[in-house]
Amino acid sequence: MLVLQNLSNALILACTYILMAAGLTMVYGVLKVLHIAHASVYTVGAFVGVLTFSWVGNFWIALTVAMLVSGVFGVLIYRSTYFYLLNSPRTVPLIASVGMFVMFTDLLQKPFLMGAYQRAFPAGGAGLPAIKTALFSFTAKQVLILIVTVILLAIVYLILTRTKLGLSWQAASMDREMASAVGINLNQSIAANFFLGSALAGAAGVLVGVYNNSVFATMGDLPSYKAFIIIVLGGMGSLPGAILASLILAIVENFLVASIGYVLPRDSIAFLVLILMLMFRPNGLLGRE
Amino acid sequence: MAGGYFLTILIFTAMYISLALSLNILTGYAGQVSLGHAAFLGIGAYTSAVLTVRYETPFWVAFLAAILLTGLIGTFLGLPSLRVRHDFLVLATMGINFVVVSVFKYVDFFGGAMGLVNIPAPTLFGITFRGGIPYFLLTVAYALFTLLICWYLSKTWSGLAFQTIRNDEDAAASLGVNPARYKIYAFGISAALAGGVGSLYAHFLGSVFPDNFVFVESIGMLSMVIFGGIGTLRGPIVGAILLRLIPELLRFIQDYRFTFYGALLVLMMLFQPMGLLGNESWLWRQITRWFRASSHGGKETTQ
Repeated sequence: MLVLQNLSNALILACTYILMAAGLTMVYGVLKVLHIAHASVYTVGAFVGVLTFSWVGNFWIALTVAMLVSGVFGVLIYRSTYFYLLNSPRTVPLIASVGMFVMFTDLLQKPFLMGAYQRAFPAGGAGLPAIKTALFSFTAKQVLILIVTVILLAIVYLILTRTKLGLSWQAASMDREMASAVGINLNQSIAANFFLGSALAGAAGVLVGVYNNSVFATMGDLPSYKAFIIIVLGGMGSLPGAILASLILAIVENFLVASIGYVLPRDSIAFLVLILMLMFRPNGLLGRE
Repeated sequence: MAGGYFLTILIFTAMYISLALSLNILTGYAGQVSLGHAAFLGIGAYTSAVLTVRYETPFWVAFLAAILLTGLIGTFLGLPSLRVRHDFLVLATMGINFVVVSVFKYVDFFGGAMGLVNIPAPTLFGITFRGGIPYFLLTVAYALFTLLICWYLSKTWSGLAFQTIRNDEDAAASLGVNPARYKIYAFGISAALAGGVGSLYAHFLGSVFPDNFVFVESIGMLSMVIFGGIGTLRGPIVGAILLRLIPELLRFIQDYRFTFYGALLVLMMLFQPMGLLGNESWLWRQITRWFRASSHGGKETTQ
């Protein structure tokens, strides 16, 4: 039954990957920019979440505030940099993104923001019950992550398939110029895209913060990098691909660590998967072309 | 670490000039943006440290081994670049950095998070370079060596080949330039040169820690190349000097060094994507115009 327990653990890990990668792959779909500063949005989300929680003591309010703030933060990132670099060679917005990531990470570590220490995020399971069956079990925290992820993904799915906004993103991801030629307000559309994607990253930050009961300034480094691997695996810009790749990566990591132990540092597994993928299937699992 | 405070700054500046120049071969000449150059610095440093501390190898053997091994690993890691381009490669280089640091951190052979200490000072031809002016001269000599290689690469046929690959890989291939071969060259040479700096770095500090070679350090090096002017010889040198010296001179920046680097990258991308002294940059146009005017229609100064 260890296998099933590993699977359910992998599922929880995958949930946090999905939320992080969803925003990234949406941004990539529309802008074709590797949005490395996405990691900062994730950390800011966790930080705002833990602050709000310590004031009001309610997880759901903290989650909402964190998502709103990180959404606005994402839009600000877009309006202050990428907006002006849409027509530059692709390395230009990439390097600007790297610059922002380094700047925010450094600033967040300063004592007047998060400082260099870890904060506890004692939200527990936000009152949700634990599930325990003969085959597998979820702790209250895991139930919380599962429920929030499913709700958010459902919202994203509805926006993508049932609204004009979702349609405008699809159009923009195919051909930006053409999209604006047929009357799509590209600016609003992209800003909304950033808002949603960044809000998801903020939610991921809050959930991981609660799960590990710790929030710190450099917590975004590895998840951001793994989120990139996931969107490469899934096919850049493909949301179903990102979900599939999150599950695969989480399962591989969980089972390899469980079976061969720490022969390889856990985080290099993702990298090896990436290299193999790039060598043999450069367009990803569900990528176009 | 003997020698005054000022000399230490100069030594680091010289080492970072070599690093920026070597990164420029890959990113500037061959057009492959790398976010993992600190990994090569680390591989060189650890090679040299392990050889001298654990196997009591003479410095110069360890130094050469660092260059060769890092070059080999760089060549090997350049292989994905044959299959993937642009964004994907950037991710691969970023991954190299994370993995190399985690290997240093979690493998006991490399000392783990405690690093390797008591790395001996280098001795060459019976002279011991124990910090101070001799070590400064050693690092300057290495910077000159790097500059020479960069100059050679940019002036000979290979320079043109790199340029065509950077501009349009498919066109380059149709002209008979083999993009794969030149990209692998660029990876290998760039890594090897950084590995040499790594050896000098390790023997200067006397100790190495995984945290010396993390991702942000790579960004620091990339900032130097981009700030100075990507793809030129003068750019990385000026970039390395300014970005090492400005935080030292303005103490309040010192604590915010990476905020400063990051903001600088963003501002450069917004206003001067070619860097301070790159071809086409505002300042470089002013300088060349001024030179042309003062030499009364003499030869155009281009580089």
